[in-house]
Amino acid sequence: MEPILKVEHLQLSFELSQGKNHVLRDISFELYPQETLAIVGESGSVKSVTIKALLGLIDENGVIESGSCLFRYKSNETVDLLQSSDQYLQRNIRGNKIAVIFQDPMTSLDPTMTIGKQIMESMLDHKKVADKKEAKEKTLNLLKLVGIDRPDERFKHYPHQLSGGMRQRIVIAIALACEPDILIADEPTTALDVTIQAQILELIKDIQKKTGVAIIFITHDLGVVANIADRVAVMYAGKIVEVGTSDEIYYDPRHPYTWGLLSSIPSLDKKDEDIVAIAGTPPDLTHPPKGDAFAYRSGVALAIDLIEHPPFFEVSKTHKVASWLLHPMAPQVAMPDILLRRLNKEEVHEVKHG
Amino acid sequence: MSEYTSDQFKRMNIDDLAMEETSMQAPPRFFKDAFTRFKKNKGGLIGLVAIGMILLLAVIGPMLGEHTYNVIVKEHIDLPARIPWFEGFGLFDGSVQGYNPYVNRGLTDVYYWFGTDNLGRDLWARVWMGTRISFFVAIVAVAIDVVIGITYGLVSGYFGGKVDMVMQRVVEVISGIPNLVVVILLMLVLKPGLTSIILALMITGWISMSRVVRSQVLKIKEMEYVLAAKTLGATSFIIIFKEVLPNIVGQIIVMTMFSIPSAIFYESFLAFIGLGLQPPTASLGVLISRGYQAMLTYPHMVLFPVIVLSILMLSFNLVADGLRDAFDPKMKGF
Amino acid sequence: MVQYITKRILWSFLTLFIIIFLLFLLLQFMPGSPFDDEKLTEAQRILMYAKYGLDQPFFVRFGIYIQNILKGDFGISLALQKNMLVQDIITPRLGISVRIGLQALLLGTTLGIIFGVISGSFKNTWYDTFTTFIAVLGVSVPSYVFALLLSYFLGYKLRIFSITFKHGEPLMSSILPTISLSMFVMAQTTRFLRTELIEVLGSEYIKLVTAKGVKRHLVILRHGIRNAMISVVTILGPLTVTLMTGSLVVERVYGVPGIGDLLVEGILTNDYNIIVMIAFIYSALYIFMNLSVDILYGLIDPRIRVAKGG
Repeated sequence: MEPILKVEHLQLSFELSQGKNHVLRDISFELYPQETLAIVGESGSVKSVTIKALLGLIDENGVIESGSCLFRYKSNETVDLLQSSDQYLQRNIRGNKIAVIFQDPMTSLDPTMTIGKQIMESMLDHKKVADKKEAKEKTLNLLKLVGIDRPDERFKHYPHQLSGGMRQRIVIAIALACEPDILIADEPTTALDVTIQAQILELIKDIQKKTGVAIIFITHDLGVVANIADRVAVMYAGKIVEVGTSDEIYYDPRHPYTWGLLSSIPSLDKKDEDIVAIAGTPPDLTHPPKGDAFAYRSGVALAIDLIEHPPFFEVSKTHKVASWLLHPMAPQVAMPDILLRRLNKEEVHEVKHG
Repeated sequence: MSEYTSDQFKRMNIDDLAMEETSMQAPPRFFKDAFTRFKKNKGGLIGLVAIGMILLLAVIGPMLGEHTYNVIVKEHIDLPARIPWFEGFGLFDGSVQGYNPYVNRGLTDVYYWFGTDNLGRDLWARVWMGTRISFFVAIVAVAIDVVIGITYGLVSGYFGGKVDMVMQRVVEVISGIPNLVVVILLMLVLKPGLTSIILALMITGWISMSRVVRSQVLKIKEMEYVLAAKTLGATSFIIIFKEVLPNIVGQIIVMTMFSIPSAIFYESFLAFIGLGLQPPTASLGVLISRGYQAMLTYPHMVLFPVIVLSILMLSFNLVADGLRDAFDPKMKGF
Repeated sequence: MVQYITKRILWSFLTLFIIIFLLFLLLQFMPGSPFDDEKLTEAQRILMYAKYGLDQPFFVRFGIYIQNILKGDFGISLALQKNMLVQDIITPRLGISVRIGLQALLLGTTLGIIFGVISGSFKNTWYDTFTTFIAVLGVSVPSYVFALLLSYFLGYKLRIFSITFKHGEPLMSSILPTISLSMFVMAQTTRFLRTELIEVLGSEYIKLVTAKGVKRHLVILRHGIRNAMISVVTILGPLTVTLMTGSLVVERVYGVPGIGDLLVEGILTNDYNIIVMIAFIYSALYIFMNLSVDILYGLIDPRIRVAKGG
């Protein structure tokens, strides 16, 4: 199967007063139709920057140094989004074929416009409907789809009259207005209560089943996407360090950073487990490190980590890891105890419930 | 791939790694960043340079000319501007409306760069003396403003409760009265003079400062409250003061820069309507108010002080604008 | 919302009351009050005493004073036009000042909005630099300087506009004063709107709208300007004050027979009753303006207008 979106060696930096900040140093990933790809990394807007770069929405002081992003808009035709003009992106891509959901529902909506109008806006602009009547019909259907009660009434409401969870549903409705091929969800549940989080995640899963849209789900919390991601890409210091299917990442993680992320998910079962956090802080990318950027925090650094950045090592056809630990000459390093314990428990589960 | 030695795959020890870590961190520097940003703002730089030049002239100006500012010379009354080099080009040659008093009175070697006023006093020296006074008045008024504003905001925010409520109500009432009325009433009661002007000017400026300080104090108090839940000890006034200060410095500086032109303006305005400083004190306002009366016949008398005043106000506003943009924590590239 | 308005109205009256009290205090301590005039005969003096209750204790006098004010009576002019009721001197002049003030406000805010939108939408381009420069100029150069310059060049030298106000040509001869007064208004509105618009355009929902694929100019028109304009009403209060302040000098320069000019006259001649009444009028205008702005804001912003529900 051909990927619907293929990003290769994307390099992006920002011009700052203290120098160039090399935010994205080498990002490559693929998105296949109807799948959910999770992009995981530490808190910070680096991941959002990737998305903004694809849609041509980065700030003025941002420079795309190199790379390509091929979008397959028809079965045998692709276009490089990074080389496309702003007009092309605005007309054909944004809101139309690729839609975005932002993180904070409290600030994502225009406070002075009714939510009905905000949903209809892209439909009308992109001429997906013949007239306002049709737009309103479609909007009411969308409101039902995202689980808003009393859609006729809500149509005329202003954002401040809705709760956070409901506003996020509206944001999702807006994104789906033109029936996009790709939906990019940028930490859509981070700003919500835990219970609402679960609802929204369910909703997104549901929508994917119903509409077959491909989803890129950006998050800093691996726990959130455990149930809905088909594949996971782990990002650190501007590079992708591990990519694999959901099972591979959760049950057979290989990169120390992935270990760290998984370890820091608090477990609901065990009572006395310590809270694990990854020691240290991310590097300053105005002076990007030569070698493996995570080495000094991993606790398992090798001499070569300071000299050269590791290439991808394949664990399987779908599982790649950028770490020297997978080099044949590297010592065997086991994953942290806490993970071993959890995974053993998982395996016990597996055995029991088949 | 195979050129690697097994040495390179040895485990690293912690010390070497620690050094790596620190070299990869970026030190936070707020003021340096702001300074760099300010340098890029052309308007702000121009304003700064202009202020510098005017200040310089205010200090050495009166000594540069041949005449002193308060000497009355009967033979030299109402002389237009005459500047040595320029007069060769027909500019500032001492003539006004086709009539040249320098020539008519046989004053071939007498030069007054800004001309003279109706009593024969040198306007060049007077303008720069006036600048000194206007400047002094503005700076003092604003300085007092800042002190009162910070204190009021600190007290109001720190004590909270009834004290805060009362203090804020007072502020609300005072801000319900237009500045103009307050200033005029004060000047009527206090009688024009240097101290009374300074008092009148500072009466209203402190309010916005106190608001800024108070909101910061409240913010800090909230954070301290949370902290206090985990640790013991009351939050002392000094601690809050020390925490609040760095956060407000930027805003206070910007507000000060904006208040100065306002004070300079009010001083000149009061002089114009007769409530300000009086002659023989020569502030810019006084000069303008006097010069205005002869504007149609001898425009130079009002022209020069007006230009200096405008440049001064313009420069401060430009600098204030630049500083405000520089201190604004904009999203740095994300 | 209604609660909020009622509170604000009550508060306005309180402020007005305090102002009257302060003004009254002022009158009590100022020398040269009417009741020292040696020219008064004994009979007149007794009449004055009775009317103003001068032999009564302080608060009774204050009460009488307030009563008079409610009838519109601020006493008689002490110096300018002796023995004439202050309100009769002021009332005919009030209309002119208000009219020119409104003209300046209208002109200034309209131009200011246009410039503000231009410079805010095209941040850091030449349009922006140019309009910002004009705006800074407008707030820095005092209105009386503009008045002087305009009056000198356009009025005197080029004779395009009349340099003094003429009753016979109320509109044409008020052009220069209106322009002089409107400069500051225009400049301040421009700067404010620019800042607001830039801030609005940097907010999350604008990013979402852009990500929806809406064209840039529509983003600004549909979402940016609407949100930025809401805040513009909040500066109407301070702008009114600058108009009042400016009018004092502008009316002088152009010979406009308004209350600004009268105030200056009153100050120069120590005619306290005139000063007090005009000060009161200005304060009342300001308070009324602030109240209107508060109400207006509540009506425009849907977050306040439509209650939280559902």
